Amino acid sequence: MTVIKNNPKASHAQSTALPSYHCHMPSYLKPRFRVERSDRRCIRCQGCVEQCSFGAQYYDESADRVEAVDTNCVGCHRCVVFCPTSAIEIRHNPVEYRDNAYWRPEVIEDITRQAETGGVLITGMGNDKPWTSYWDKLCLNASQVTNPSIDPLREPMELRTYLGSKPDQVQIDPATGRLGTRLAPQIMIETPVLFSAMSYGAVSINVHESLARAASMLGTLFNTGEGGLHPKLYRYGGNTIAQVASGRFGVHPEYLDVARVLEIKIGQGAKPGIGGHLPGEKISAEVATTRMIPTGTDALSPAPQHDIYSIEDLSQLIYALKEATNYTKPVSVKIAAVHNSGAIASGIARAGADIIALDGIRGSTGAAPKIIRDNLGIPIEMAIASVDQRLRSEGIRNRVSLVAAGGFRNSGDVTKAIALGVDAVYIGTAALIAMGCTECQACYTGRCAWGITTTDDKLTKRQNPEIAAQRIANLVEAWSHEIKEMLGAMGINAIESLRGNRLHLRGVGLTREEADILGVSLAGE
Amino acid sequence: MKDILNPDNRYKDDKVTDACSLFGMMDVSGRLFSGADTVRAIANMHDRGNGLGGGFAVYGLYPDFADYYALHIMYMGRSAKDKTEVFLKDEFDVVRSEEIPIRTRPGVTNPPGLWRYFVTPRKDPCLVVSDDDLVVDKVMQANTTIPDTFIFSSGKNMGVFKGIGFPEDVADFYRLEDYEGYLWTSHGRFPTNTPGWWGGAHPFNILDWTVVHNGEISSYGINRRYLEMHGYHCTMQTDTEVAAYAVDLLVRRHGLPVSTMATVLASPLWEEVDRMPDEKREMVTALRQAYGGLLLNGPFTLIIAHNGEMIGLTDRIRLRPLSAAVKGDVLFISSEESAITLVCPDIERSWKPRGGEPVVGRLGEPVALPKEWDVQNREAVGR
Ligand code: SF4
Ligand code: SF4
Repeated sequence: MTVIKNNPKASHAQSTALPSYHCHMPSYLKPRFRVERSDRRCIRCQGCVEQCSFGAQYYDESADRVEAVDTNCVGCHRCVVFCPTSAIEIRHNPVEYRDNAYWRPEVIEDITRQAETGGVLITGMGNDKPWTSYWDKLCLNASQVTNPSIDPLREPMELRTYLGSKPDQVQIDPATGRLGTRLAPQIMIETPVLFSAMSYGAVSINVHESLARAASMLGTLFNTGEGGLHPKLYRYGGNTIAQVASGRFGVHPEYLDVARVLEIKIGQGAKPGIGGHLPGEKISAEVATTRMIPTGTDALSPAPQHDIYSIEDLSQLIYALKEATNYTKPVSVKIAAVHNSGAIASGIARAGADIIALDGIRGSTGAAPKIIRDNLGIPIEMAIASVDQRLRSEGIRNRVSLVAAGGFRNSGDVTKAIALGVDAVYIGTAALIAMGCTECQACYTGRCAWGITTTDDKLTKRQNPEIAAQRIANLVEAWSHEIKEMLGAMGINAIESLRGNRLHLRGVGLTREEADILGVSLAGE
Repeated sequence: MKDILNPDNRYKDDKVTDACSLFGMMDVSGRLFSGADTVRAIANMHDRGNGLGGGFAVYGLYPDFADYYALHIMYMGRSAKDKTEVFLKDEFDVVRSEEIPIRTRPGVTNPPGLWRYFVTPRKDPCLVVSDDDLVVDKVMQANTTIPDTFIFSSGKNMGVFKGIGFPEDVADFYRLEDYEGYLWTSHGRFPTNTPGWWGGAHPFNILDWTVVHNGEISSYGINRRYLEMHGYHCTMQTDTEVAAYAVDLLVRRHGLPVSTMATVLASPLWEEVDRMPDEKREMVTALRQAYGGLLLNGPFTLIIAHNGEMIGLTDRIRLRPLSAAVKGDVLFISSEESAITLVCPDIERSWKPRGGEPVVGRLGEPVALPKEWDVQNREAVGR
């Protein structure tokens, strides 16, 4: 974790894992990790020195030994995986303060770090606190006796989902028997799993390509994030959700034209209500061209979209995008899950959006103030439940598809989200883990040793799009099989029969009020 | 508000589940016939029920009062009748009221007071609303607000007779041998999670629509929420009620043809849809996109009827039995073929309808046979 000062120009420039201080003050921080190497096993190949992008390993020529700088280690385990002799172990550096359940070591470290720097603490990935995960308190149903379960290996099991605004009613011309209703654009996905917005610049071009390829292999969609789309990925346009965010980076007619779905980004679960900042050193020539900004300048996304201060402004942007693309593409609006999500979502639906994307407090990011990441927003489970119910109470649930994001870890979470009421989910972190990410939270440094959250040429090459796409596709294939198994167990063979079907959920360890908000009964009821 | 679930769902399950026997018989020429065959046929499937519910729907029942809504009402308490009659006088013009004739007999226990009224709704000059919508509204109002009252039949020129007992006993109790109709449907019930109450037996009715149903719909939770979005209150918490409202929404309110309704309730699989010719594929896809929440997923067989029409339908992968047969102008639909051959040993055609393919009998039209028959007949004519 590093620190930024209040002056954004001065402080954002710090993008290394090494804390740097604005006066010469001894640091009271202890290293987080300890790199332990078996000297007996080590063959001095220096692979770890090469692999570590944080400068935590070095070769001491005079002693012919490989040594570590524990302070620099972020715990990403790149060296552990690549060491040919399994010589390395990364251990927690024991910080055995006097036991205190309240003033935990993390709290003490954060205060210390801020005392030494006077800055906002910046971190990467999602909220890591042991907060309640409602997914872990919901059980799914299965058929026994009164109706048969269905075996997905022998019977059709349908995950196909269409994203887009649905009419309340379909008309059939009585004279001709022909369809009399023209539907808004509907986008077919073969599995209810999409890839979350991760911008080119925050992640490398190879990561963008891997996600795009995986989406096309799976028949689903990936999201460009707010940094535009590199022209070499235009051929994956049919699997692309093109984001239009507050910085408008990379938004031009061709970008909108190649995409399948457009998404207006209002907020992000990891940092609701605040903008983004990509430091100048991540803005390589390619990133700069794609974002349409000068090379090496900071890419600042304002906190709000400055042409959207109200719902009617949002409606104007939605229709501007629809006009620009001749009403051929659904327009999604992505918001962070916050306290009045139900009412906000209703407004978005009425403003003309075809899709609403909700991003919960577990949502991840390349970089965000830690205090924001860990404290703003609400759990996605609650947001899904209240938004779906609100739209139904108002009779407008058909008008929008609902997509949820923020911390989906496995197919169980996905299936429960669908039963709570979403059409599909976005996964981000899980897709990155499939590529090698180990959740070290050092993304904001731009030095990701796994070549994911970086624009460094050398590090970027660590991800081979062909292999990474296959890993991601494998993951989602596996989840899709598991979702089919769960559907079959519930006696359902089409995903729309689970969507919003909360009778298939039961709560364990929930208060009555929590169960009521989630719209579920408790187990045993 | 009265909790009308209590009698049927006293353990507050998600919903009432049951398995059953179904039988329906219709003369498409409109000839009236007695219920004797229907009773014999449903009695033949005795073992598919457990004596906790039996019922019948009869169409063409009240030709002398064909223009009036016939309300069949159960009174479970003494004051219920007084209160309801005050309500009826306020909301309707009642042209005739009478006790439904019954015969007490063993096997049919704890009957409520059973009355019928022939009525027309009183219009509120300030509101633009159809008679049908008004009647639906008033029936729902009575059923949810007047204690111990349950209106279980509310259509024109038709009626539902139902109660606790095996269907043959319920028929005897209601003296069904005294009635004639051109369309009869019947139901023997095997509830799995309720001791059964009189109102919970099938057929389920709203206006002249009736539904008898066998199965357990795994999509109930979303079907119900979908219908709630369109203003229906699923007070009975049964699959049957959901099916009835779905049909009402699709056919009466959205004006879709019966075949389209079947496409919604038992959608073809995507792999079939993908092989359809363009225009059809576009239509079926649009229906599924818009009405996915109404797909009845899981095992079911339904016999749906209203004035002039009887429809049999099984789920998309045919997890519950359905047999159909034709003899002259008479169409039979049954859970088991044996029940049909019992009452009509010389049927001309019999077939097992495919999942999602409706069997339809329509007054004044020849019964549409499944495609194979069609082809063979045409070939025969050509020769
Ligand atoms: S990668 Fe392993 S074997 Fe090679 S130098 Fe590092 S610790 Fe030694
Ligand atoms: S993307 Fe890289 S830097 Fe970020 S958590 Fe994963 S491994 Fe660490």
